[in-house]
Formats: sequence, C-alpha cells, structure tokens
Amino acid sequence: MSQSVATKELAKKIINNEKTLILDVRNTDEFDNWKIEGENVEVINEPYFNLLDSVDPVVDKLDKDQEIIAVCAKGGSSEMIADMMEEAGFSQVYNLEGGMKAWSEHLEPVKIGDLSDGGALYQFVRLGKGCLSYFIESDGEAAVVDANRMIDVYEDFAKERGVQIKYTIDTHLHADHISGGRMLAEKTGGTYYLPEKDATEVTFDFAGLEEGKDITVGRTSIQVQPLYSPGHTIGSTSLIVDDQYLLTGDILFVRSIGRPDLAGKAEDWVGDLRNTLYSRYKELSDNLVVLPAHYSFAEELGKGGSVSARLGDLYQRNAGLQVEDENEFRKMVTENLPPQPNAYEDIRKTNMGKITPEVEEQKEMETGPNRCAVEG
Amino acid sequence: MDVTKVLDAKGLACPMPIVRTKKAMDELNSGDVLEVHATDKGAKSDLAAWTKSSGHELLKDTEEDEVLKFWIKKA
Repeated sequence: MSQSVATKELAKKIINNEKTLILDVRNTDEFDNWKIEGENVEVINEPYFNLLDSVDPVVDKLDKDQEIIAVCAKGGSSEMIADMMEEAGFSQVYNLEGGMKAWSEHLEPVKIGDLSDGGALYQFVRLGKGCLSYFIESDGEAAVVDANRMIDVYEDFAKERGVQIKYTIDTHLHADHISGGRMLAEKTGGTYYLPEKDATEVTFDFAGLEEGKDITVGRTSIQVQPLYSPGHTIGSTSLIVDDQYLLTGDILFVRSIGRPDLAGKAEDWVGDLRNTLYSRYKELSDNLVVLPAHYSFAEELGKGGSVSARLGDLYQRNAGLQVEDENEFRKMVTENLPPQPNAYEDIRKTNMGKITPEVEEQKEMETGPNRCAVEG
Repeated sequence: MDVTKVLDAKGLACPMPIVRTKKAMDELNSGDVLEVHATDKGAKSDLAAWTKSSGHELLKDTEEDEVLKFWIKKA
C-alpha cells in the first residue's frame, strides 16, 4: 500500500516554495483546464487509463527514489497508480488524499499585517482555486470578507484566537465560488453585508454594503470603509481597512484586472470598470496595500504564500492599468475573454439563494480555476 | 445496434468504471460492441479520452436519470 499526503501538507510545501513533483493522472483535457501550480512545482500528466497494464509509460520520465505526489480528480485513480508504482520499485510515491476536489477546498491562512490598534489582518489563500478571503480581527471581534463555502475553517480560526465573528462581507455577488458569507453570519449570529445593487434578486435578508456606511470591528474601531467600485458586477464595492489596506474584490488583481461579463453585461459595465480603475482608485493613496479576492498565476504568490501589492506599484506594472486609449480598453475587456468559470450561472443562483444544491453538488460546481480576470 | 455485451458499472467510483470496461473489452473480439452503464460523472470524459487513446470507437453516449450509457466498438 502506498502512503498518502493530505492537502494541508501539500499546501505547506507550495507555500514554502519546496520542490514538488506531481504526477497528475486525470485525463489531459481536465489537466489542461486546471492543475496544481506553484513556483517550484513540476507537474507531469499521464492519464491513469494509459497505465492500467503497466506504469512503464512514466518509468522513463521519473526517478524511482524521487518524492512523487500522485493526483487525480477524487483520489481513487491516483491511489491505484501509486500502489502500482510502488510495486514497480518507486520508493517515495504519495497519493493526494481526496484529489483535486479536496485540493480545491483547502484554505491556508497567512498573516498580512497588524492593524493600528493591535488587531490583525489575515488572508486565507485557497490554493486550488485561486480564491482569497480575509479575516479582520480587532479587540475580540472579527469580520470575514469574501468567505468561501468551507465556513468551519473561519469558525475554527476565530475560536483559536478567541474572537467573535460579527460581520461577514461580500464585495460582490460571486460567480466562481459559492459564498460562505450568509451561512457564516447565520451560524455566528453576525450580520451579512452584500452590495444592494448585486442583491436585487436575492431571496434572503442582508445588510447593504454601501459607501459612506463604515463598519467598525472591535471597540477601538478599525474602520472598514466601503468604496463603490463597479465594473466586475454593478454592485462591486471595495473596502479600505485601517487606512492601510484596499480590498479590491474582483476589480483589480496583482497581475490582471476583473472581467465585466460574468453577469452577461460586458458592454454595459466596461465603462464602470474603466472609471473605477482609471479614476476612482487613482484618487486613493499609492501606499494602500491591494488585497484582491483572486489570483490566477503561481507567480502572484508572494512571501509566505500571500498575494498583495502596493497600489502605486500596480499603476506602474499591471498591464490592465496601462491602457490609455478607452476604445482599446473596451476591446481588451470585452473581446477574447477566457472561458467562464465552471457552472457560473448556477453558482450565482446559489449565492442569490434561488437554488440550494446538495453539498456534493456544490463541490462539483466549484471544480476548476476561478477565471475572474482578464489579462491586459 | 448489435450489442455484444452489457457491463453494469453503476455505483462504482473512479477508476473502477474504466478498469472494468477495459477488462471487458479485452475479452471481446474486434468489431464487437460493449454497452457500459455508469453513474460516476467522471466516467464521461474519461471513457471518451480512453477510447481515443486505445483506438476503440465510442459510437454513442447518453445520460438519463443520472445513468450514463456508452457504446464502444472494439478496434
């Protein structure tokens, strides 16, 4: 029997930039669509069904004493292949428990920095999908921004730190992943904030996330200032936290910008996106640290696994912010867009409360990369 | 369609639908048709990719009441 490795251990390796060799045995279409990435990750694809008679096709490509992590969709096929490889003389083959499905669910907390009153801001990196959520903690209270479906992770984190989650905030109605914001607020007795303009069709109660209505976390008031910044969705709202951090949602990423088409209105919203990126954000301090809701490239993972950048620096090097001509910008964000995220229409309906799929189905809906960005 | 053999792989999780399909195909003659029933959603793209790489022909596939059916002709 081969040994197994948990998603948590793999996450640590990737975040610590350790050399990692992965044998992905899913079919090549699925592999090309979505795979495990990292600065020091090497991935080889050989579908399991080509290895049923013998693992010879991979023997030449791999060293028998090397550490190899076998991966498939749910962990069943890779376990079989790992066993076969062990029999063929490979000494360090591990099976990734739960496969890509489990990998997609893993959240890795990374501390971003301290807040002025002694509180702190944490980023939760969903390595398998490129989703980023935030935990703002101050004086016994916490706010969670753009929470993922796996809400027990935030609950456990709050418990460990002895703080109470008072607020959950979504910067916009998500199309690539199922929000945990509403459920988390229900469970902790907190308030769920969502921009009104994204919530016209929702079936539940919420508080409007609105510019001018600051949210205070903790007694010593860490200000969470909403800033209306439409373009990815009509309601998209950024958050300025403690005058230090700018949580941009899906409007501005480290290497790219948000796409305006996931609610079917690219033509209508491209002007808003332009205005937000080229006017509204420009009026803000260059020293704000941009904390987006997604990343798309392994190179965006910085020190300790966090994803962030200084706003002023992004105006120098993010290609999506360098397009002076408005027509050219319009073309860039409405033509040649990447494919939409898997099941994005059903994910939006779920986030509106219109449908309530079973947990297993929710997991299926979320497979694949986030695809919320358009590259400049 | 002249079906030589029917394989019931319902309720089996990946990789078993393909493992069983391959085994059944190994026992058939060239030109024979195997009908496969499966419930694992991953079987759809995997069977299509497997038939391609093994040279067999996927004649038809359907999905009804969460049961996936495939008809594969042996090369």
